[in-house]
Amino acid sequence: MTAPSPTALACTGLSRSFGALRAVDAVGLTVEPGARHALIGPNGAGKSTLFRLLTGRMRPDAGTVDLAGRDVTGFSEVRRNRLGMSQTLQHASLFASLSAAETVALAVRRHGTAGGGARIVPWPRRQPTVDARAGELLDRVGLADRARQPVPALAHGERKQLEVALALACSPTVLLLDEPAAGMSPAESARLLALLADLPAEVTVLFVEHDLDLVFDLADRVTVLHLGRVLLTGTPDEVRASDAVREAYLGTARREELFTG
Amino acid sequence: MTEVSARTEEVHGAMDDPGTGSGPPPARPRWVVAVPVAAVVVVLAAVPLFLAPFATTTLTRLLVFGLLAVSLDLLVGVTGLPSLGHAAYFGAGAYAAGWVSIHLTAAIPVPLLVGAAVGGLAAAATGWVAVRSAGVYFLMLTLAIGEVLAQVAQSWDGVTGGANGLAGIPAARLGGESLTGAGFLYWYVLGVGLLAFTAVWLLARSPFGAALRGIRDNEPRMRAIGYPTTLYKYGAFVAAGTVAGAAGSLLAAQQRLVTPDDLGFTTAAIILLAVVIGGAGSLWGPVVGAAIVVLVRDALGPGLGGHGELVLGIVFVLVVYLLPRGAAGLTTLRPSRRRRT
Repeated sequence: MTAPSPTALACTGLSRSFGALRAVDAVGLTVEPGARHALIGPNGAGKSTLFRLLTGRMRPDAGTVDLAGRDVTGFSEVRRNRLGMSQTLQHASLFASLSAAETVALAVRRHGTAGGGARIVPWPRRQPTVDARAGELLDRVGLADRARQPVPALAHGERKQLEVALALACSPTVLLLDEPAAGMSPAESARLLALLADLPAEVTVLFVEHDLDLVFDLADRVTVLHLGRVLLTGTPDEVRASDAVREAYLGTARREELFTG
Repeated sequence: MTEVSARTEEVHGAMDDPGTGSGPPPARPRWVVAVPVAAVVVVLAAVPLFLAPFATTTLTRLLVFGLLAVSLDLLVGVTGLPSLGHAAYFGAGAYAAGWVSIHLTAAIPVPLLVGAAVGGLAAAATGWVAVRSAGVYFLMLTLAIGEVLAQVAQSWDGVTGGANGLAGIPAARLGGESLTGAGFLYWYVLGVGLLAFTAVWLLARSPFGAALRGIRDNEPRMRAIGYPTTLYKYGAFVAAGTVAGAAGSLLAAQQRLVTPDDLGFTTAAIILLAVVIGGAGSLWGPVVGAAIVVLVRDALGPGLGGHGELVLGIVFVLVVYLLPRGAAGLTTLRPSRRRRT
């Protein structure tokens, strides 16, 4: 293992354009190890594009991405995942012919259980340790009783929970969640919050979320993105107090209307 | 329009079905699968004792193309890669097995192993490019690869016999005896076919096979959870080519002649048709599909004044509309789960 690095995930000058639109424009971001770092911003701020650049799904036009102090800009999504970066997608994107348990087992097999390493050697025997680990992960996200259901039979909120279980099955050091609570019921969203709060301190979480209650409950750091640029990075209180953030979100609305309670 | 909405209704109805909605789907007891499988194997093994040699020979051909269809199903049904060039590896295996039988030895299992190896090598040499594409591009690339190999078979006179084909392949030999009887040849083909089918079935059920199904359902997501999907697809491509090569060696043993037609577009298209008609992804369904397709084309075709292909087209249209999951879909009333989420 390498010595603890000063940053879990960082990017500098990250840019990506689509035609004339600069979706992500020279974004610099530093996520400390163990942080619960939220990324917020109005629709079209470039949050999802930035996520794609960070996970390696999309190549940047310029800039670098560092994972635990290592330059991973040229690394594929697969390689970044092997280095500990795991993600959930905004629109649950799963496997239509697999059950919830089989879905999680896919990632467990690739990343190993507590007892053994990854195995890709074809072997038809049932692997109790894989099943046990998959069951445990489903239990953590609250899907234990839905384990044998095919994914199309799951409700939208349940699919999002399954996304989280799938991401956790990769044993991540850096977890990127794209709107994990979108479409969840209040009860499901509270459970998700508890789950994320319970994650070990070594796991760094960067998440995009529109539910600002959840953001301010969970995050210790918030970055506000607006029109592809970083508007502000600070503590939740600093963000709450910022006039610039308020204007970006609501034009000239009053602060009390934006952050009630 | 009404038909479309009726289908949507059906899907929603299926999702609300208490059978799939509240509890886990009931697992079928083991004997429900084991008894029919054992019965089919026994019947298949006993067939030459009751049938005339000509019928036995026809059945042998069906088994050869059935195995080819199984190997293609590993690509089409399990991995989600519809190939229009799969006959190339079948033909490569057939030519290799035929050539070895003529020039070296026809002793089992030498031509079989050589055919499988050459099929696998040909797939390994050409697949690396093909698996980097998907969907219709994969279809076109495999079609192009198949045409190139067919052209090679056509023009490499010294080895393949050119347009006349590779003739004079001796009968397969087992322990110094030639398998000239139709029944013995049938048993040889059936034995190899069952072994190869079991191998493909085990592969599809292994963790490797589970990853292939994951790639079929959602390749980007597989990459996101750390699977090098191109490598997995390449593995499936080479495995399918190897089994197709083995099937090719059986063709050489049965037909005693290999022609460029055996690896051309028509064979490739017919086998893809067989997989779709039989039910992609089930592995056994394509065997049934191959039987239907080969029977319609070879047995029924001459009686219809050469309109076998027309009948095939009609069968295909009917299957697509009436049995979206192919012949294999007849055994389960479970709603289709092959929907994107």
